[in-house]
Amino acid sequence: MEATLVRNAPAGAPRRAVADPVLTVRNLEVTYYTDSGRAKALDDVSFTLNAGEKLGMVGESGSGKSTLALAMMRMIKPPGRIEGGAVVVGGADLMALDAEGMRKARLSRIAYIPQGAMNSLNPVMRIGAQMVDAVRSHLPSEPKAAVEARCKRALQSVDLDAGVFRMYAHELSGGMKQRVCIAIGILLDPYVIIADEPTSALDVVTQRQVMETIDNVQKAINAAVILIGHDMGLMAQFVDKVAVMYAGRLVEVSTVREMFTDPKHPYSQALISSLPSLDNKGVFQGIPGLAPSLLRLPSGCAFHPRCDKAMGICSTLRPEPLTLASGRRVTCHLYDGAA
Amino acid sequence: MNLKLVAKRLIFLVVVIWAASTIVFFIPRLSSRNALRERFGELARTGGFSPADLEKIIASMQQQFGLDRPLYEQYWTYLGNILRLDFGYSLYRYPTTVTELIAQSLPWTIGLLLVTTILAFVIGNFLGAVAAWPRAPGWMRGIATPFILLTGVPPVIMGILLLFFVGFRWKLLPLGGAYSVGTVPTFSIGFILDLLQHQILPGLALVLGSVGGWVLSMRGMGVTIQGEDYVNFAEHKGLTAGRIFRDYYLRNAMLPQITGLALALGSVVTSAIIVEGLFGLPGIGTMLNLAIRSNDFPTIYGIVLFITIAVAVLMTAVEFLYPLLDPRVRNS
Repeated sequence: MEATLVRNAPAGAPRRAVADPVLTVRNLEVTYYTDSGRAKALDDVSFTLNAGEKLGMVGESGSGKSTLALAMMRMIKPPGRIEGGAVVVGGADLMALDAEGMRKARLSRIAYIPQGAMNSLNPVMRIGAQMVDAVRSHLPSEPKAAVEARCKRALQSVDLDAGVFRMYAHELSGGMKQRVCIAIGILLDPYVIIADEPTSALDVVTQRQVMETIDNVQKAINAAVILIGHDMGLMAQFVDKVAVMYAGRLVEVSTVREMFTDPKHPYSQALISSLPSLDNKGVFQGIPGLAPSLLRLPSGCAFHPRCDKAMGICSTLRPEPLTLASGRRVTCHLYDGAA
Repeated sequence: MNLKLVAKRLIFLVVVIWAASTIVFFIPRLSSRNALRERFGELARTGGFSPADLEKIIASMQQQFGLDRPLYEQYWTYLGNILRLDFGYSLYRYPTTVTELIAQSLPWTIGLLLVTTILAFVIGNFLGAVAAWPRAPGWMRGIATPFILLTGVPPVIMGILLLFFVGFRWKLLPLGGAYSVGTVPTFSIGFILDLLQHQILPGLALVLGSVGGWVLSMRGMGVTIQGEDYVNFAEHKGLTAGRIFRDYYLRNAMLPQITGLALALGSVVTSAIIVEGLFGLPGIGTMLNLAIRSNDFPTIYGIVLFITIAVAVLMTAVEFLYPLLDPRVRNS
């Protein structure tokens, strides 16, 4: 088991074929035990992703997007706890690993590109040293020259000069720092890359460049990518599938085209219609009400108080995830015949 | 490192030393007391030479020390002497020079101060870092607490308590002195062990009280640093806990502590003077104490000036250390 966790293929080499889906998340649950009660931050989240696929994860602040990312990395800190579920990456269930096994799985099986790239690099270590220690802690036997070559290749694949290897974080621009984080993420050719709002602190031009960089490197190593973010416009250009989260639940997973043309869940519909478009300039439609507190979730479907299609059953029975005939997944009573 | 920065700091150091020397030069000359007159007056009372001779002796001494010349001339000579680390003669132990006195007692003080300061710094910062590290085992994080409690105890009280219990009641360690009475300093294992045994209590008196301060400031720093994005990202990279602790957490949390060390050096000298006196160690503190009691003005001023220069030089050295540890200040 240990041996398969670290894959020795040099960066850039053709990846070993893996059986799809490369990522299966099953019934993942996370609870935060706060002083004012238990908050279910992730409730029964399941989805799959194939190699090379890009999934955009959208939802309001507090809907559980970042918690999902952290839970997949098994980086939920107390008072949070992963209550159950499975995260199967390339055939191995991360939840079943011991602490050391999970440490080795990070970066080599599943990599995380952080939200705050501005401060994600150690200010007192050279960029190179921060890449080398990442490789070293997974491939202790790789010769020094090979490690260095691997790091410089990773830097070049995100369009950075190999000279960045010798530089410090404060000598780089915001976009360059974010690229360095991406380069670190792909050092070991992970099966899955999670990018948590990778462009949030960047200007629009740099945002685009960074997204293109992610696009290029993921194609090169054929990784599955989960892109977390608010920016639907940016998402639409780069992802294949969109998953919508609401109050810790996955309410809809559709291809990007279907999501934008024919959203199924009333919340997705509200999200899409709140986007400005060329046709309805100036008139924005918000979603009435506020996102519910995770401590006091509405009964039944958590969205029903804000939903314009709410029925009697919505306030009493929690909807289960459905797979529609088209293969799309939606969690709503409108489609389960319960009405 | 930036040459301009080095030059700036060095010039600043020279200015500090010059200012300290000037103050030390003028302060005694503002006073109406005459060190020579007091010293020889004392001798005259006990040693029996006539008051007429006394005036002659003082006059010739004044001439010998150059005290009869104009002030600015004396000042120039004095500054020149300082450059050669020549602080003049001790009145009490004439013709021993102050520099010789300092040279005799300095090793004792450096041995005690250097070791205890570094020890307190290392122990305190490590315990503080561990206390703030969420993944450290509970018992390890708890070690810091008793040291924090001891922070409020001044070294004098600590020294007296140690002397009373460890030295007097339980008779575990010697009560004072640099080495056992009757032994002759040699480079033998037995003598070195004896010497070290005598340094334990004064060392403890200095270390126990100061560890807590480092623990507190380091723990505060540690709490901030462990929430930093780069510490989190280091864990996402799958680094081992030890490496994250050392390279990502400790190295960053240590930076302000280095500045703290430079600032602490000044106050360390004060505690050392008291503790040396308490334990009867022949260091700079004891020498200063003796000089004050015997009105040995040149020695007092020499030692004060020497300590000022030493602390200023050490602070500058620590400041030069900082850019080596933090690349961000190298260019600014």
